[in-house]
Amino acid sequence: MKKFFAKAYIWVLLIVMYAPLVFIAIFSFTQSRVLGNWDGFSTKLYENLLTGQMQGNASLIAAVENTLIIALVAAFVSMMLGTVAAIGIHNLKGRKKKAITFLNNVPMINPDIITGVSLFLLFVFLGFAQGYVSVILAHITFCTPYVVLSVMPKLQRMNPNIYEAALDLGATPSQAFWKVLVPELKSGMVSGFILAFTMSLDDFAVTFFTRGTIGLDTLSTYIYTDARKGGLTPELRPLMTLIFLVVLILLIVINLRQARQSKLNVKKY
Amino acid sequence: MTDKIIDIKHLSKSFSGKQVLHDINLYIRRGEFVTLLGPSGCGKTTLLRMIAGFLQPDEGSILMDGKELAGIPPHERPLNTVFQRYALFPHLDVYDNVAFGLKLKKTPKEEIDKRVRKVLKLVAMSDYEDRDVETLSGGQQQRIAIARAIVNQPKVLLLDEPLAALDLKMRKDMQTELKEMHKKLGITFVYVTHDQEEALTLSDTIVVINEGKIQQIGTPTDIYNEPVNSFVADFIGESNILNGTMIRDRKVSFIGHDFDCVDEGFGEDVPVDVVVRPEDIYFTKEAAKTQFTATVKSCTFKGVHYEMFVDTDSGNELMIQDYDPYAVGETVNLYIDPDDIQVMKKERTCNTLEGTWNGESVDFDNPEFSLPVDKMNDVPKGTRVRVQIPFGSVDLLDDIDAGLTEGEVHFILYKGDHYHLTIKTDDGGFLWVDTQDIWDKGDLVGIGIKNKGIKIELIEDEKAQ
Repeated sequence: MKKFFAKAYIWVLLIVMYAPLVFIAIFSFTQSRVLGNWDGFSTKLYENLLTGQMQGNASLIAAVENTLIIALVAAFVSMMLGTVAAIGIHNLKGRKKKAITFLNNVPMINPDIITGVSLFLLFVFLGFAQGYVSVILAHITFCTPYVVLSVMPKLQRMNPNIYEAALDLGATPSQAFWKVLVPELKSGMVSGFILAFTMSLDDFAVTFFTRGTIGLDTLSTYIYTDARKGGLTPELRPLMTLIFLVVLILLIVINLRQARQSKLNVKKY
Repeated sequence: MTDKIIDIKHLSKSFSGKQVLHDINLYIRRGEFVTLLGPSGCGKTTLLRMIAGFLQPDEGSILMDGKELAGIPPHERPLNTVFQRYALFPHLDVYDNVAFGLKLKKTPKEEIDKRVRKVLKLVAMSDYEDRDVETLSGGQQQRIAIARAIVNQPKVLLLDEPLAALDLKMRKDMQTELKEMHKKLGITFVYVTHDQEEALTLSDTIVVINEGKIQQIGTPTDIYNEPVNSFVADFIGESNILNGTMIRDRKVSFIGHDFDCVDEGFGEDVPVDVVVRPEDIYFTKEAAKTQFTATVKSCTFKGVHYEMFVDTDSGNELMIQDYDPYAVGETVNLYIDPDDIQVMKKERTCNTLEGTWNGESVDFDNPEFSLPVDKMNDVPKGTRVRVQIPFGSVDLLDDIDAGLTEGEVHFILYKGDHYHLTIKTDDGGFLWVDTQDIWDKGDLVGIGIKNKGIKIELIEDEKAQ
């Protein structure tokens, strides 16, 4: 009996967590404009999405493009900045290192809305034109700490002498960075990139406050405006299903990588 | 071209206010196998890292072939390093690890190939070219690390405790191989280790370093047979270090007996340290040869020899190594050859501290503490004084707050009938103590001063304002 309740508990939990996603996925295969009405099976919404022939607002495609470009650029720049920062932090000692690590962690637990409003105020204060660039800068700001966090453990596990060994063998500091440090930290950098990419992808608050008034929309701000205008564009349903699948695959890839890494490490020692 | 390939002059280095190397002067001859030997934290690795270029000296210079190395970044120095724990590149295979330096120098591919194969053969790793370095054993990784360094044909090879991570058997084998490699290659080796046996086995010259200062430079036999001070004697090999008195030239008294020796020039009736190696104390049956008698306290078989501790007729404990065992409790007759007695000048015969008289006590500068002393009526406050405190007048207390100051047991020397301890106070000063009590290295102690045998003299020419 006890076992039954324990099992039931986990299933109820999983159903509550995943029901909305399953719901969206199911209703992405019907043409009804109103969510919740089943008009019979159809892949029309997927066709519309992929060909760009929307029943509703065509700027959905533009929003998806913006989202992807912003996420890719922000994730890439964060990956580079975060890696260099992690190396710097790693080489600090004692209290300084603790302080900087702490400062790196604060933005991650800071509510997005506060980050968003602060950045908004900063851009206004600096007289910085808000638009594409400000959104990308804002995303880099909140993504970089995640990269630092995922590169740090790689540095800690690395033999501290290998950078010096490269210098010793005649590599200039930049050669040593590219030929030895980057290959060593690659897996951490990739994990950081993926993390930053997903963080950027689903950000709403920060984007909302830093996109300015030029009508720049990412997926999240688009949905927000769309919902307020009365009813969601039906093509959002297949789009969300696809995004969920992509994220799921990314997550599985990360987990597999980590599992393989730890297996390798076990073998080593 | 001079005979000196590396010439180090007045080199000093501090880390955040703590001096780790004091005025190092040292030259290394071309083709020599030099070992920097010392306990951990003595500064030997710091010295090596400065030669490699990973650290910059605060003061002094390092010349290589007469040219100043300071300011030249590590990648432009004509020397290579074998690191502690190998530091191989895990993302490259054996071949690419070894070829790393040559590829950076844009060496033609065929030549890289030829040279890599040649060094891999030299380190007996020819069949491992394509192996992932992480799959190799410690000893194999070590060979690759050496190959990776020597393939660049450096003028000097620096080795930072390269064998420390290997097990004993492997270490012995690698020692032999390193020695052979050095002979074959003819390049200068600068080797850092804390293992005195390794240093004695491998080196042409040993540089003993302690507390950031060079203690002695010499061949392994010099260092072993003629240590210049009690630190070197204690650190290299086993030894009996005893307090003695130089009666006159070629005559020294210790453990309550007078001995002939070969040392001269100390003066008459001068306190000295005497070192006798445990294998240099001989048993005899002849009454004529006997210099002193002792009772065997313990006897342990050590493989080749027996190690015995004996109590001499004067109550000193000596360690003796001999091929024949003697029964515990047996009274034995012993003698020491004059050649085997090493007499060393005492570094100090008491603690000498300087401070300021404040009317009731003396405030010392280093280590910083106040010693209450009897009234000195005619001496005005603020007078600078020099105080001599005999080793025996320093009291070590279990309660670290009970004394005048506190410190840590830093170094222990057994002198036959008492321990001679170096205490490092919490403000970085040193005090030396003679005691019968047994302390361990690293013990925290309170330091008291017994008012016995203390001498105070005024420093005439240096008055405090």
